[in-house]
Amino acid sequence: MTSVKGYIRERFFPHLWCQGCGHGIVLNCLVRSVHQSGLDKNEIVMVSGIGCSARISGYVDFHSMHTLHGRALAFATGIKLSKPELKVIVALGDGDGLAIGGNHFIHAARRNIDMTAIIMNNRIYGMTGGQCSPLTGYGKSATTAPYGSIDRDFDVVKLAVSAGASFVARTTAYHAHELTSLLKQAFAHQGFSVVEVMSQCPTYFGRKNKIGDAVHMMEWLKKNTTLIGSEMKARDPSLVERGVFLQEQKLEYCREYDEVIKRAMQGSA
Amino acid sequence: MEGSVHFVQGNEACLEGALYAGLDFFAGYPITPSTEIAEHLSYRLPRVGGKFIQMEDEIASICAIIGASLTGHKVMTATSGPGFSLMQEGLGYAIMAEIPCVIVNVQRGGPSTGLPTAPAQGDVYQARWGTHGDHEIIALTASSHQDVFEMTVHAFNMAETYRTPVIVLLDEVTAHMRERLVISSQGEVPVVERLRTSVPAGVDYHPYLPREDGRLPMSDFGSKHRYNVTGLYHDMWGFPSNDPQVVHGLLRHLLDKIGSNVGTITRHKEYYLEDAQTILVSYGCSARSALHVVENRRLRGERLGLLELQSLWPFPSDLVDRKCAGARHIVVVEMNMGQIVRAVKRAVARPERVALANRIDGQFITPTDIKSILRLIQGKGV
Repeated sequence: MTSVKGYIRERFFPHLWCQGCGHGIVLNCLVRSVHQSGLDKNEIVMVSGIGCSARISGYVDFHSMHTLHGRALAFATGIKLSKPELKVIVALGDGDGLAIGGNHFIHAARRNIDMTAIIMNNRIYGMTGGQCSPLTGYGKSATTAPYGSIDRDFDVVKLAVSAGASFVARTTAYHAHELTSLLKQAFAHQGFSVVEVMSQCPTYFGRKNKIGDAVHMMEWLKKNTTLIGSEMKARDPSLVERGVFLQEQKLEYCREYDEVIKRAMQGSA
Repeated sequence: MEGSVHFVQGNEACLEGALYAGLDFFAGYPITPSTEIAEHLSYRLPRVGGKFIQMEDEIASICAIIGASLTGHKVMTATSGPGFSLMQEGLGYAIMAEIPCVIVNVQRGGPSTGLPTAPAQGDVYQARWGTHGDHEIIALTASSHQDVFEMTVHAFNMAETYRTPVIVLLDEVTAHMRERLVISSQGEVPVVERLRTSVPAGVDYHPYLPREDGRLPMSDFGSKHRYNVTGLYHDMWGFPSNDPQVVHGLLRHLLDKIGSNVGTITRHKEYYLEDAQTILVSYGCSARSALHVVENRRLRGERLGLLELQSLWPFPSDLVDRKCAGARHIVVVEMNMGQIVRAVKRAVARPERVALANRIDGQFITPTDIKSILRLIQGKGV
């Protein structure tokens, strides 16, 4: 336990997340996966945007940057390209990362720049009080969708794969051990890695959609998801799949830029 | 390329100044009339081991350079009006988080898409107040390629000295015109390097605790001190706080570090001011026409002078007041509906002496335009 605690800034606790919020589980799994990966705290930069998810960067004892709404990946791109030896981890919310930050998300994926984007998907704008996000889903309720949302949602996995990410995975806050394992795989991957974590927001999403408290929401995550290619999925196609959807080796952006420098320097010699 | 003579565009003079000052990371997005800066840097930076990246938009560009500044690099982006509008969010972040960076805005006609290939000086107040909230800002400008070079170096120096974004406000005329540029040899123009903390590893480092002289030594991301950076009001560790004392103290610090150093930050040039009865106040490309008028009229024995501002914000009010004290007429020459003229009126005693000579049709203001206004002011008719 002591060793895991060494990765958090206890000075800044208690955290501001609501009781029953899934984001604390993400923080827990994050520090465990960093610890188990044997990463040096001085080599890690944690970048986040704005929203409930974004507060995670303040609680970890890494170099940390709490940026602008949606822009975390753009800041992270500057950090990584300017100092490629750093391990860059980016926390995104579903609204933060895929609405206001959607363009930065697809372009970071397209470049295949080496960093891990963790999408803490609670299907709602929590910090501003429960408005609908691009992942809220058709028919769901939010404070800005009192008659049910008519907006279709993104499939984060398909979006990341088609935009060019080279590692794409999904799990939930219920499956904590699986999340730790997936984060370790993402950290070990060279290239743009995306881990979507379906997380519960009992305060807003749960309440607005009458799902119940945090326990009920976690049971929902357990019952409505299944491992990729499972028999359950074959029986019930509505289940959301968990696991690694894509893992491929392809040229990483910062390494490619090193080649650009070599070519430029040969030209100037 | 150093200590050498060149015949280049103003945009090239700008990037030469940046490279001279130590620029090693640039992120940008194509936009007329600033694009040559990005094009040339995509070629030049990797040749010296630096990095260039074309981002998906101007918002991402300013965010990327802020990130790269935190890892210890000297950074810049370049844009024009519409892109500068998009950058206001990141500009405010760099002010609040105190991140050194340089933002070049090669002005064109606005509002909106406006006149992409025509000159204007309409972004003076956007540079001052474009980002929300109370703040101070440093904005520099130049009228010749030699000055573009030197003011860009100065921009980097001010960014490092005060840990703040600095805006270089150029214009389409200066940026696209070709003229002689002498690139100084190394050491000829002073270059300020980043002040890094001497606090040893393992000892509590306070990234946002100013020293007695107001400066804040930095620690590169990836080095021995781990700390938090945020755009929220924050305490000396960089952790969010809404404690009224912390909020008040931080805002005062952000304002005072620039407001108390106006003399060090600002630059100007003066021509024939000693006995001038009519003083033209101008900047950027407009100052070229203004100087032409002054020299032309001096030949006829008229007592005209020019005060050329090379820094617009913080506005050098005391300087303008002092220099204009004895003048009968003060004519501000600028290519907008009157932006710096407001600041001049606020700076001088008897502001009724201040008039505006301007042009807003996308054409460069000519000496003839200025002379017409002078004749009107002097009661001579058109």
